[in-house]
Amino acid sequence: MLRYFINTLYLCHQMLDEIIALVKKEATLEWRQKYALNGILLYVISTVYITYLSIGVKGGTVQIPTWNALYWIIILFSAVNAVAKSFIQENSGRQLYYYMIASPESIIISKILYNTCLTLVLSLLGYLVFSVVMGNPVQDQPMFLLNLLLTSIGFSSCLTMVSSIAGKAGNNGTLMAILSFPILIPILLLAIQISKNAIDGLDRGVSLDKIITLLAINGVIAATSYLLFPFIWKS
Amino acid sequence: MKATWWKVLAIALLAYTLIAGLLADVPRLPILNETIRALYFHVAMWFAMLAMLTVGIVYSIKYLRNGRLEDDDMSLEFTNAAILFGVIGIATGSLWARFTWGAYWTNDPKLNAAAIGLLMYFAYLILRNSLTDIFQRAKISAVYSIFAYAAFIPLIFILPRLTDSLHPGNGGNPGFNAYDMDSQLRIVFYPAVIGWSLLGTWVTTIRVRYRRLERKMEEKMINQ
Repeated sequence: MLRYFINTLYLCHQMLDEIIALVKKEATLEWRQKYALNGILLYVISTVYITYLSIGVKGGTVQIPTWNALYWIIILFSAVNAVAKSFIQENSGRQLYYYMIASPESIIISKILYNTCLTLVLSLLGYLVFSVVMGNPVQDQPMFLLNLLLTSIGFSSCLTMVSSIAGKAGNNGTLMAILSFPILIPILLLAIQISKNAIDGLDRGVSLDKIITLLAINGVIAATSYLLFPFIWKS
Repeated sequence: MKATWWKVLAIALLAYTLIAGLLADVPRLPILNETIRALYFHVAMWFAMLAMLTVGIVYSIKYLRNGRLEDDDMSLEFTNAAILFGVIGIATGSLWARFTWGAYWTNDPKLNAAAIGLLMYFAYLILRNSLTDIFQRAKISAVYSIFAYAAFIPLIFILPRLTDSLHPGNGGNPGFNAYDMDSQLRIVFYPAVIGWSLLGTWVTTIRVRYRRLERKMEEKMINQ
Protein backbone atom coordinates (compact mmCIF):
# COMPACT_ATOMS: atom_id res chain seq x y z
CA MET A 1 0.00 0.00 0.00
CA LEU A 2 2.68 2.44 1.07
CA ARG A 3 4.83 1.32 -1.81
CA TYR A 4 1.99 1.99 -4.21
CA PHE A 5 1.47 5.42 -2.70
CA ILE A 6 5.15 6.31 -2.99
CA ASN A 7 5.18 5.12 -6.58
CA THR A 8 2.22 7.31 -7.46
CA LEU A 9 3.83 10.24 -5.72
CA TYR A 10 7.03 9.67 -7.66
CA LEU A 11 5.10 9.57 -10.96
CA CYS A 12 3.26 12.77 -10.08
CA HIS A 13 6.55 14.40 -9.24
CA GLN A 14 8.03 13.32 -12.56
CA MET A 15 4.98 14.65 -14.41
CA LEU A 16 5.21 17.93 -12.55
CA ASP A 17 8.85 18.28 -13.59
CA GLU A 18 7.85 17.57 -17.17
CA ILE A 19 5.04 20.11 -17.05
CA ILE A 20 7.30 22.80 -15.62
CA ALA A 21 9.94 22.14 -18.27
CA LEU A 22 7.31 22.29 -21.03
CA VAL A 23 5.77 25.53 -19.77
CA LYS A 24 9.27 27.04 -19.63
CA LYS A 25 9.87 25.87 -23.19
CA GLU A 26 6.63 27.50 -24.37
CA ALA A 27 7.57 30.77 -22.70
CA THR A 28 11.09 30.69 -24.13
CA LEU A 29 9.82 29.96 -27.61
CA GLU A 30 7.34 32.79 -27.35
CA TRP A 31 10.06 35.12 -26.13
CA ARG A 32 12.33 34.21 -29.02
CA GLN A 33 9.66 34.89 -31.61
CA LYS A 34 8.43 38.10 -30.11
CA TYR A 35 6.47 39.04 -33.18
CA ALA A 36 3.72 36.52 -32.38
CA LEU A 37 3.22 37.78 -28.86
CA ASN A 38 3.50 41.43 -29.86
CA GLY A 39 1.18 40.78 -32.75
CA ILE A 40 -1.57 39.45 -30.55
CA LEU A 41 -1.12 42.28 -28.05
CA LEU A 42 -1.38 44.79 -30.84
CA TYR A 43 -4.45 42.91 -32.11
CA VAL A 44 -6.20 43.54 -28.78
CA ILE A 45 -5.29 47.21 -28.73
CA SER A 46 -6.32 47.91 -32.29
CA THR A 47 -9.59 46.00 -31.92
CA VAL A 48 -10.47 48.01 -28.84
CA TYR A 49 -9.62 51.19 -30.69
CA ILE A 50 -11.71 50.20 -33.71
CA THR A 51 -14.69 49.51 -31.46
CA TYR A 52 -14.17 52.83 -29.78
CA LEU A 53 -14.12 54.66 -33.09
CA SER A 54 -17.09 52.74 -34.54
CA ILE A 55 -19.25 53.57 -31.59
CA GLY A 56 -18.08 57.14 -31.72
CA VAL A 57 -18.36 57.65 -28.00
CA LYS A 58 -16.59 60.26 -26.03
CA GLY A 59 -15.10 58.72 -22.88
CA GLY A 60 -17.55 56.89 -20.66
CA THR A 61 -20.89 57.56 -22.28
CA VAL A 62 -21.36 54.01 -23.55
CA GLN A 63 -24.09 52.04 -21.80
CA ILE A 64 -22.94 49.43 -19.29
CA PRO A 65 -24.42 46.35 -21.01
CA THR A 66 -22.83 47.49 -24.27
CA TRP A 67 -19.49 48.04 -22.57
CA ASN A 68 -19.68 44.55 -21.09
CA ALA A 69 -20.71 42.82 -24.32
CA LEU A 70 -18.08 44.61 -26.41
CA TYR A 71 -15.33 43.83 -23.91
CA TRP A 72 -16.14 40.11 -23.87
CA ILE A 73 -16.48 39.84 -27.62
CA ILE A 74 -13.07 41.42 -28.05
CA ILE A 75 -11.55 39.08 -25.46
CA LEU A 76 -13.22 36.09 -27.15
CA PHE A 77 -11.80 36.90 -30.56
CA SER A 78 -8.33 37.71 -29.24
CA ALA A 79 -8.23 34.51 -27.21
CA VAL A 80 -9.24 32.43 -30.24
CA ASN A 81 -6.51 34.06 -32.31
CA ALA A 82 -3.90 33.77 -29.59
CA VAL A 83 -4.47 30.11 -28.80
CA ALA A 84 -5.09 28.99 -32.38
CA LYS A 85 -1.37 28.95 -33.09
CA SER A 86 -0.46 26.72 -30.16
CA PHE A 87 -0.23 23.62 -32.33
CA ILE A 88 1.03 25.04 -35.59
CA GLN A 89 3.91 27.09 -34.25
CA GLU A 90 6.09 24.00 -34.10
CA ASN A 91 6.93 21.90 -37.13
CA SER A 92 6.08 18.21 -37.29
CA GLY A 93 9.65 17.07 -36.65
CA ARG A 94 9.75 18.88 -33.36
CA GLN A 95 6.33 17.53 -32.44
CA LEU A 96 7.63 14.01 -33.03
CA TYR A 97 10.47 14.81 -30.64
CA TYR A 98 8.05 15.90 -27.91
CA TYR A 99 6.01 12.82 -28.63
CA MET A 100 8.99 10.70 -27.73
CA ILE A 101 10.16 12.51 -24.63
CA ALA A 102 6.94 13.64 -22.91
CA SER A 103 3.60 12.08 -22.08
CA PRO A 104 0.52 13.56 -23.80
CA GLU A 105 -1.00 14.39 -20.42
CA SER A 106 1.87 16.66 -19.45
CA ILE A 107 1.81 18.27 -22.88
CA ILE A 108 -1.86 19.20 -22.69
CA ILE A 109 -1.58 20.42 -19.08
CA SER A 110 1.45 22.55 -19.87
CA LYS A 111 -0.22 24.03 -22.96
CA ILE A 112 -3.37 24.79 -20.99
CA LEU A 113 -1.34 26.46 -18.22
CA TYR A 114 0.66 28.50 -20.67
CA ASN A 115 -2.42 29.54 -22.66
CA THR A 116 -4.20 30.49 -19.45
CA CYS A 117 -1.38 32.92 -18.67
CA LEU A 118 -1.49 34.24 -22.23
CA THR A 119 -5.28 34.73 -22.18
CA LEU A 120 -5.07 36.37 -18.78
CA VAL A 121 -2.45 38.81 -20.02
CA LEU A 122 -4.59 39.56 -23.05
CA SER A 123 -7.73 40.17 -21.03
CA LEU A 124 -5.88 42.38 -18.53
CA LEU A 125 -4.39 44.39 -21.36
CA GLY A 126 -7.79 44.61 -23.01
CA TYR A 127 -9.28 45.75 -19.71
CA LEU A 128 -6.62 48.42 -19.33
CA VAL A 129 -7.04 49.83 -22.83
CA PHE A 130 -10.81 49.60 -22.55
CA SER A 131 -10.75 51.52 -19.29
CA VAL A 132 -8.58 54.21 -20.80
CA VAL A 133 -10.59 54.85 -23.95
CA MET A 134 -14.13 53.96 -22.89
CA GLY A 135 -14.07 54.62 -19.17
CA ASN A 136 -14.11 52.10 -16.36
CA PRO A 137 -17.57 51.49 -14.89
CA VAL A 138 -16.49 48.51 -12.74
CA GLN A 139 -17.41 48.93 -9.08
CA ASP A 140 -16.23 45.60 -7.68
CA GLN A 141 -12.66 45.23 -8.98
CA PRO A 142 -11.58 42.02 -7.15
CA MET A 143 -14.69 40.22 -8.39
CA PHE A 144 -14.10 41.39 -11.96
CA LEU A 145 -10.48 40.21 -11.85
CA LEU A 146 -11.41 36.84 -10.33
CA ASN A 147 -13.93 36.45 -13.13
CA LEU A 148 -11.21 37.25 -15.67
CA LEU A 149 -8.97 34.57 -14.17
CA LEU A 150 -11.68 31.88 -14.17
CA THR A 151 -12.74 32.71 -17.70
CA SER A 152 -9.13 32.57 -18.90
CA ILE A 153 -8.83 29.06 -17.49
CA GLY A 154 -12.04 28.00 -19.22
CA PHE A 155 -11.18 29.66 -22.55
CA SER A 156 -7.69 28.24 -22.64
CA SER A 157 -8.66 24.66 -21.76
CA CYS A 158 -11.35 24.68 -24.41
CA LEU A 159 -9.33 26.48 -27.07
CA THR A 160 -6.18 24.41 -26.55
CA MET A 161 -8.14 21.22 -27.17
CA VAL A 162 -9.97 22.67 -30.17
CA SER A 163 -6.74 23.98 -31.66
CA SER A 164 -5.23 20.52 -31.44
CA ILE A 165 -8.29 19.17 -33.28
CA ALA A 166 -8.18 21.93 -35.89
CA GLY A 167 -4.44 21.36 -36.23
CA LYS A 168 -5.12 17.82 -37.43
CA ALA A 169 -7.60 19.10 -39.97
CA GLY A 170 -5.30 21.37 -41.92
CA ASN A 171 -5.68 24.20 -39.42
CA ASN A 172 -7.60 26.96 -41.06
CA GLY A 173 -8.98 29.83 -39.06
CA THR A 174 -12.59 29.19 -40.02
CA LEU A 175 -12.53 25.67 -38.65
CA MET A 176 -10.99 26.86 -35.39
CA ALA A 177 -13.73 29.47 -35.01
CA ILE A 178 -16.71 27.29 -35.84
CA LEU A 179 -15.48 24.44 -33.66
CA SER A 180 -14.73 26.57 -30.63
CA PHE A 181 -17.47 29.22 -30.55
CA PRO A 182 -20.40 26.96 -29.67
CA ILE A 183 -18.35 25.25 -26.96
CA LEU A 184 -17.18 28.56 -25.53
CA ILE A 185 -20.68 30.00 -25.30
CA PRO A 186 -21.61 28.52 -21.87
CA ILE A 187 -18.41 29.95 -20.39
CA LEU A 188 -18.90 33.27 -22.15
CA LEU A 189 -22.51 33.63 -20.98
CA LEU A 190 -21.59 32.99 -17.35
CA ALA A 191 -18.61 35.34 -17.61
CA ILE A 192 -20.81 38.10 -19.01
CA GLN A 193 -23.37 37.66 -16.25
CA ILE A 194 -20.76 37.65 -13.47
CA SER A 195 -18.98 40.66 -14.90
CA LYS A 196 -22.29 42.52 -15.20
CA ASN A 197 -22.84 41.90 -11.50
CA ALA A 198 -19.30 43.04 -10.73
CA ILE A 199 -19.75 46.19 -12.78
CA ASP A 200 -22.96 47.05 -10.97
CA GLY A 201 -21.22 46.33 -7.67
CA LEU A 202 -23.90 43.91 -6.53
CA ASP A 203 -23.51 41.89 -3.36
CA ARG A 204 -21.02 39.05 -3.93
CA GLY A 205 -23.50 36.42 -2.77
CA VAL A 206 -25.50 37.08 -5.95
CA SER A 207 -22.64 35.92 -8.16
CA LEU A 208 -21.56 33.05 -5.95
CA ASP A 209 -23.61 30.27 -7.53
CA LYS A 210 -22.65 31.51 -10.99
CA ILE A 211 -18.98 31.41 -10.06
CA ILE A 212 -19.39 27.87 -8.78
CA THR A 213 -21.11 26.88 -12.04
CA LEU A 214 -18.32 28.50 -14.04
CA LEU A 215 -15.76 26.55 -12.00
CA ALA A 216 -17.70 23.34 -12.60
CA ILE A 217 -17.88 23.93 -16.36
CA ASN A 218 -14.16 24.70 -16.42
CA GLY A 219 -13.58 21.46 -14.56
CA VAL A 220 -15.68 19.43 -16.99
CA ILE A 221 -13.99 20.94 -20.04
CA ALA A 222 -10.47 20.61 -18.63
CA ALA A 223 -11.11 17.00 -17.60
CA THR A 224 -12.53 16.13 -21.03
CA SER A 225 -9.50 17.71 -22.73
CA TYR A 226 -7.18 15.78 -20.43
CA LEU A 227 -8.90 12.49 -21.23
CA LEU A 228 -9.30 13.03 -24.98
CA PHE A 229 -6.02 14.69 -25.89
CA PRO A 230 -3.96 11.46 -25.91
CA PHE A 231 -6.14 10.17 -28.78
CA ILE A 232 -5.43 13.27 -30.87
CA TRP A 233 -1.76 13.29 -29.99
CA LYS A 234 -1.21 9.66 -30.96
CA SER A 235 -2.61 10.01 -34.45
CA MET B 1 -30.35 -5.08 -36.31
CA LYS B 2 -32.64 -6.95 -38.67
CA ALA B 3 -35.26 -7.80 -36.04
CA THR B 4 -38.62 -6.44 -37.10
CA TRP B 5 -40.62 -6.31 -33.88
CA TRP B 6 -39.38 -2.89 -32.86
CA LYS B 7 -40.11 -1.44 -36.28
CA VAL B 8 -43.69 -2.63 -35.95
CA LEU B 9 -43.71 -1.15 -32.46
CA ALA B 10 -42.42 2.16 -33.84
CA ILE B 11 -45.18 2.31 -36.46
CA ALA B 12 -47.81 1.37 -33.88
CA LEU B 13 -46.60 3.94 -31.36
CA LEU B 14 -46.40 6.72 -33.95
CA ALA B 15 -49.82 5.87 -35.33
CA TYR B 16 -51.12 6.04 -31.76
CA THR B 17 -49.32 9.35 -31.25
CA LEU B 18 -50.84 10.84 -34.39
CA ILE B 19 -54.36 9.67 -33.73
CA ALA B 20 -54.52 10.12 -29.97
CA GLY B 21 -52.31 13.20 -30.13
CA LEU B 22 -54.68 14.97 -32.52
CA LEU B 23 -58.01 13.61 -31.31
CA ALA B 24 -57.79 12.78 -27.60
CA ASP B 25 -58.99 15.15 -24.94
CA VAL B 26 -56.46 17.65 -23.63
CA PRO B 27 -56.69 20.00 -20.65
CA ARG B 28 -58.00 23.45 -21.62
CA LEU B 29 -55.59 26.11 -20.45
CA PRO B 30 -55.66 29.81 -21.22
CA ILE B 31 -53.42 30.92 -24.11
CA LEU B 32 -52.22 27.35 -24.75
CA ASN B 33 -55.64 25.97 -25.77
CA GLU B 34 -55.27 23.31 -28.42
CA THR B 35 -51.59 24.07 -29.02
CA ILE B 36 -50.79 22.00 -25.97
CA ARG B 37 -50.75 19.12 -28.43
CA ALA B 38 -47.36 20.43 -29.55
CA LEU B 39 -46.06 18.54 -26.53
CA TYR B 40 -46.33 15.28 -28.47
CA PHE B 41 -44.61 16.60 -31.57
CA HIS B 42 -42.26 19.34 -30.39
CA VAL B 43 -41.11 18.35 -26.90
CA ALA B 44 -40.82 14.71 -27.96
CA MET B 45 -38.35 15.81 -30.68
CA TRP B 46 -35.90 17.07 -28.05
CA PHE B 47 -36.17 13.90 -26.02
CA ALA B 48 -35.52 11.87 -29.16
CA MET B 49 -32.62 14.14 -30.13
CA LEU B 50 -30.95 13.69 -26.74
CA ALA B 51 -31.44 9.93 -26.92
CA MET B 52 -29.87 9.81 -30.41
CA LEU B 53 -26.95 12.01 -29.32
CA THR B 54 -26.27 9.90 -26.27
CA VAL B 55 -26.22 6.70 -28.29
CA GLY B 56 -23.93 8.43 -30.80
CA ILE B 57 -21.53 9.37 -28.01
CA VAL B 58 -21.52 5.80 -26.73
CA TYR B 59 -20.45 4.64 -30.19
CA SER B 60 -17.79 7.38 -30.36
CA ILE B 61 -16.31 6.13 -27.10
CA LYS B 62 -16.45 2.59 -28.45
CA TYR B 63 -14.60 3.70 -31.56
CA LEU B 64 -11.85 5.35 -29.51
CA ARG B 65 -11.50 2.15 -27.50
CA ASN B 66 -11.20 -0.39 -30.28
CA GLY B 67 -10.91 1.54 -33.54
CA ARG B 68 -13.50 -0.32 -35.64
CA LEU B 69 -14.95 1.74 -38.48
CA GLU B 70 -18.39 0.17 -37.90
CA ASP B 71 -18.67 2.08 -34.63
CA ASP B 72 -17.76 5.28 -36.42
CA ASP B 73 -20.58 4.70 -38.93
CA MET B 74 -23.04 4.22 -36.11
CA SER B 75 -21.91 7.31 -34.24
CA LEU B 76 -22.05 9.49 -37.37
CA GLU B 77 -25.51 8.33 -38.37
CA PHE B 78 -26.93 8.63 -34.87
CA THR B 79 -25.59 12.17 -34.74
CA ASN B 80 -27.14 12.87 -38.14
CA ALA B 81 -30.50 11.62 -36.88
CA ALA B 82 -30.10 13.83 -33.80
CA ILE B 83 -29.44 16.84 -36.04
CA LEU B 84 -32.57 16.04 -38.04
CA PHE B 85 -34.66 15.89 -34.86
CA GLY B 86 -33.04 19.10 -33.66
CA VAL B 87 -33.91 20.97 -36.85
CA ILE B 88 -37.51 19.72 -36.74
CA GLY B 89 -37.64 20.58 -33.03
CA ILE B 90 -36.55 24.16 -33.68
CA ALA B 91 -38.97 24.55 -36.59
CA THR B 92 -41.98 23.21 -34.68
CA GLY B 93 -41.05 25.14 -31.56
CA SER B 94 -40.72 28.33 -33.52
CA LEU B 95 -44.15 27.90 -35.11
CA TRP B 96 -45.68 27.15 -31.74
CA ALA B 97 -43.99 30.15 -30.14
CA ARG B 98 -45.46 32.43 -32.84
CA PHE B 99 -48.98 31.62 -31.65
CA THR B 100 -48.43 31.43 -27.91
CA TRP B 101 -45.52 33.72 -27.06
CA GLY B 102 -46.15 36.03 -29.98
CA ALA B 103 -42.89 35.74 -31.89
CA TYR B 104 -41.04 33.16 -33.94
CA TRP B 105 -37.92 33.64 -31.87
CA THR B 106 -37.68 34.84 -28.30
CA ASN B 107 -34.56 35.46 -26.28
CA ASP B 108 -35.09 32.38 -24.17
CA PRO B 109 -32.11 30.42 -22.79
CA LYS B 110 -33.50 27.10 -23.97
CA LEU B 111 -33.98 28.35 -27.51
CA ASN B 112 -30.49 29.75 -27.57
CA ALA B 113 -29.05 26.56 -26.13
CA ALA B 114 -30.83 24.50 -28.76
CA ALA B 115 -29.54 26.74 -31.54
CA ILE B 116 -26.00 26.57 -30.15
CA GLY B 117 -26.26 22.79 -29.88
CA LEU B 118 -27.15 22.63 -33.55
CA LEU B 119 -24.20 24.92 -34.39
CA MET B 120 -21.93 22.48 -32.55
CA TYR B 121 -23.13 19.53 -34.53
CA PHE B 122 -23.04 21.36 -37.87
CA ALA B 123 -19.43 22.18 -37.01
CA TYR B 124 -18.94 18.47 -36.35
CA LEU B 125 -20.13 17.67 -39.88
CA ILE B 126 -17.84 20.30 -41.38
CA LEU B 127 -14.90 18.95 -39.37
CA ARG B 128 -15.64 15.46 -40.70
CA ASN B 129 -15.68 16.64 -44.28
CA SER B 130 -12.44 18.55 -43.91
CA LEU B 131 -10.50 15.40 -43.06
CA THR B 132 -9.64 13.00 -45.87
CA ASP B 133 -8.05 9.96 -44.25
CA ILE B 134 -10.91 7.75 -43.00
CA PHE B 135 -9.24 6.55 -39.81
CA GLN B 136 -8.04 10.03 -38.94
CA ARG B 137 -11.51 11.38 -39.69
CA ALA B 138 -13.18 8.80 -37.48
CA LYS B 139 -10.84 9.37 -34.57
CA ILE B 140 -10.83 13.16 -34.62
CA SER B 141 -14.54 13.53 -35.10
CA ALA B 142 -15.14 11.05 -32.27
CA VAL B 143 -12.97 13.20 -30.02
CA TYR B 144 -14.78 16.37 -31.05
CA SER B 145 -18.24 14.89 -30.60
CA ILE B 146 -17.43 13.74 -27.06
CA PHE B 147 -15.94 17.15 -26.28
CA ALA B 148 -18.98 18.95 -27.68
CA TYR B 149 -21.35 16.70 -25.75
CA ALA B 150 -19.51 17.54 -22.53
CA ALA B 151 -20.11 21.23 -23.23
CA PHE B 152 -23.67 20.76 -24.53
CA ILE B 153 -25.06 19.05 -21.43
CA PRO B 154 -24.36 21.93 -18.99
CA LEU B 155 -25.62 24.30 -21.66
CA ILE B 156 -29.09 22.77 -21.83
CA PHE B 157 -29.49 21.36 -18.34
CA ILE B 158 -27.75 23.79 -16.01
CA LEU B 159 -27.62 27.27 -17.54
CA PRO B 160 -31.37 27.64 -18.29
CA ARG B 161 -32.10 26.85 -14.64
CA LEU B 162 -29.94 29.77 -13.53
CA THR B 163 -31.76 32.34 -15.62
CA ASP B 164 -35.37 33.08 -16.37
CA SER B 165 -37.00 31.07 -19.05
CA LEU B 166 -40.43 30.73 -20.52
CA HIS B 167 -40.06 26.96 -20.47
CA PRO B 168 -41.31 24.95 -17.50
CA GLY B 169 -38.73 23.91 -14.92
CA ASN B 170 -36.61 27.05 -15.27
CA GLY B 171 -35.99 30.22 -13.34
CA GLY B 172 -38.11 29.16 -10.40
CA ASN B 173 -40.96 27.79 -12.50
CA PRO B 174 -42.19 24.42 -11.32
CA GLY B 175 -40.38 21.46 -12.88
CA PHE B 176 -41.68 19.43 -15.75
CA ASN B 177 -43.36 16.80 -13.61
CA ALA B 178 -44.92 19.11 -11.10
CA TYR B 179 -46.27 21.14 -14.01
CA ASP B 180 -49.79 20.60 -15.22
CA MET B 181 -48.62 17.53 -17.08
CA ASP B 182 -51.69 15.51 -16.16
CA SER B 183 -52.18 11.83 -16.81
CA GLN B 184 -54.15 12.53 -20.00
CA LEU B 185 -51.05 14.08 -21.53
CA ARG B 186 -48.70 11.50 -20.12
CA ILE B 187 -50.39 8.52 -21.72
CA VAL B 188 -49.69 10.01 -25.13
CA PHE B 189 -46.40 11.78 -24.38
CA TYR B 190 -44.30 8.84 -23.20
CA PRO B 191 -45.30 6.54 -26.07
CA ALA B 192 -44.61 9.47 -28.43
CA VAL B 193 -41.06 9.86 -27.10
CA ILE B 194 -40.38 6.14 -27.49
CA GLY B 195 -42.00 6.09 -30.92
CA TRP B 196 -39.96 9.00 -32.29
CA SER B 197 -36.75 7.55 -30.82
CA LEU B 198 -37.44 4.20 -32.47
CA LEU B 199 -38.13 5.94 -35.77
CA GLY B 200 -34.79 7.73 -35.44
CA THR B 201 -33.04 4.43 -34.78
CA TRP B 202 -34.74 2.92 -37.81
CA VAL B 203 -33.58 5.74 -40.09
CA THR B 204 -30.10 5.38 -38.61
CA THR B 205 -29.85 1.64 -39.21
CA ILE B 206 -30.92 2.05 -42.83
CA ARG B 207 -28.32 4.73 -43.40
CA VAL B 208 -25.63 2.70 -41.67
CA ARG B 209 -26.40 -0.31 -43.88
CA TYR B 210 -26.27 1.89 -46.96
CA ARG B 211 -22.92 3.30 -45.86
CA ARG B 212 -21.47 -0.16 -45.29
CA LEU B 213 -22.70 -1.40 -48.68
CA GLU B 214 -21.15 1.65 -50.29
CA ARG B 215 -17.82 0.88 -48.64
CA LYS B 216 -18.01 -2.75 -49.78
CA MET B 217 -18.70 -1.64 -53.36
CA GLU B 218 -15.74 0.71 -53.24
CA GLU B 219 -13.45 -2.01 -51.99
CA LYS B 220 -14.67 -4.32 -54.74
CA MET B 221 -13.96 -1.67 -57.38
CA ILE B 222 -10.47 -1.12 -56.02
CA ASN B 223 -9.66 -4.83 -55.82
CA GLN B 224 -10.81 -5.58 -59.34
